[in-house]
Amino acid sequence: MKYAYYPGCSAECNAVAYEHSVREVADLLGIKLQTIDDWNCCGATEYFSQDELTACAVIARNLALVEPQLQQLVAPCAACYLNLKKTDKLMADHPDIGAKVNECLAAGGLNYQPGRVRVRHMLDVIVDDIGETAVRDKVVHPLKGLRLAPYYGCQVVRPIEAGDGTEYPMKMDRLLGWLGAEVVDYPAKAHCCGGHMTQISEPQAFELIRRLLYSAEQAKADIIACMCPMCQLNMDGYQGRVNSYFGTDYRLPIIYFTQIVGLAFGIEPKKLGFGKELVAAMPVLKAKMNGQLATSLG
Amino acid sequence: MAHTTEKKGTFLEEVIEATPDGERLVHCLQCGSCGGSCPSGAEMQYTPRTLIAMINAGDRDAVLAANTMWACVSCYLCTTRCPQNIPITDIIYTLKRMSIAEGRYSKTDAPAMAKTFTDFVEMFGRSYEIGLAIGYHAFKRWKPIELMKMGPMGIKMLLRRRMAFIPSKIRQIDQLRAIIKKAKELSAKEQQEAKALRQPTHGH
Ligand code: SF4
Ligand code: SF4
Repeated sequence: MKYAYYPGCSAECNAVAYEHSVREVADLLGIKLQTIDDWNCCGATEYFSQDELTACAVIARNLALVEPQLQQLVAPCAACYLNLKKTDKLMADHPDIGAKVNECLAAGGLNYQPGRVRVRHMLDVIVDDIGETAVRDKVVHPLKGLRLAPYYGCQVVRPIEAGDGTEYPMKMDRLLGWLGAEVVDYPAKAHCCGGHMTQISEPQAFELIRRLLYSAEQAKADIIACMCPMCQLNMDGYQGRVNSYFGTDYRLPIIYFTQIVGLAFGIEPKKLGFGKELVAAMPVLKAKMNGQLATSLG
Repeated sequence: MAHTTEKKGTFLEEVIEATPDGERLVHCLQCGSCGGSCPSGAEMQYTPRTLIAMINAGDRDAVLAANTMWACVSCYLCTTRCPQNIPITDIIYTLKRMSIAEGRYSKTDAPAMAKTFTDFVEMFGRSYEIGLAIGYHAFKRWKPIELMKMGPMGIKMLLRRRMAFIPSKIRQIDQLRAIIKKAKELSAKEQQEAKALRQPTHGH
């Protein structure tokens, strides 16, 4: 299956582990990802706070650049995903907005027909399009004994529902289960990581991050599996500062779900970007895994 | 967006006009599901529920000066839980835009952060993490101390090559800039029209 692909700015640097593992796993599952040529930043939430039309126009340039023979677009980042999906929906539901966005695009010689591209998240593609049988077929190192906390965050789950509810999503739970892992149930799995709040008010952001770490630790998770570069950065990059702020001692590795999938598929950890995380995952993996996987981890 | 009510020129109408599906606003039951769901409620002067009531009551000045918008983390819980399908998060975005446009905000660095971020997008077509950190914390915010606090984490990120000194740039930056220029022109025109319609508020 072939999809247009929008990497998002984090893929180039901060979330390079996500980018690499997405590509490795996609290759193995026969998912062809065709990167949008010359894609631009989606603006995160920052344009929407300043000017809605500019926000939509900046995002729509990417939709307009999707090759005409491709109908689906995959984004791995939750913020990019929502921005692309929301803009398409706004243009489709509100023809006046659609017309204005196209007036802007025309200034760059482009046009986008709302509804032409279906925006998907990488998790949806693996779970819904590839499915259980094909995923299970590829597992060479079942993750038996590893307790994983699936973390969905906000913007893939809400506000645009994609077949998994807006309160208590289950797709990643199911996927991690297919890999043989023990999936822990914990109340914070679709709560907020604080998004860009780390840059604006640390006390507020740190409290939101603490609640997630607390909830996953209460459920005795070994690792949190996430699906967005911002969530990963907040929980992993800031975990040390959250600990000093609250006097806590969380040591929870935050790993992209595609890294976990790749591990179970027998892909070399280095190729999956392990080691990029600030709270190291390897010691936990080695302690929890035995047999073949442990040997392969070196 | 385009539709009419009896209340032309009121604050309520202004918010409705500026928000896709904003007309749902008038159906608020004051049930409090939004405020009760909000992870940032404790930080807010007015919860989303109160804010909605204030919009309906036309309390323009107090709403645009509220900190509610700047404490919002766009988690959309209020929106999906509202029994009346009121697009609360989008209304909050509308209020952010109005508050920034009129310089009504105070005690928040969120507008500076937004501006620094989008300036880089307009320069390169991509976001630029190191530039954002330095430009925002040291220059826009005048809080170089915040940058120092981030130091150890930044070094760890650099060692793992999760931050780059050189930003990447798109090829067709001129095309993107032309699109943005057009969008800003159209928005400025709309803002002028909205301003012309606005009724004077009491006390101003
Ligand atoms: S949840 Fe909806 S109806 Fe209830 S108070 Fe909030 S905005 Fe009003
Ligand atoms: S979107 Fe904003 S206002 Fe609504 S629940 Fe989330 S943080 Fe609160």
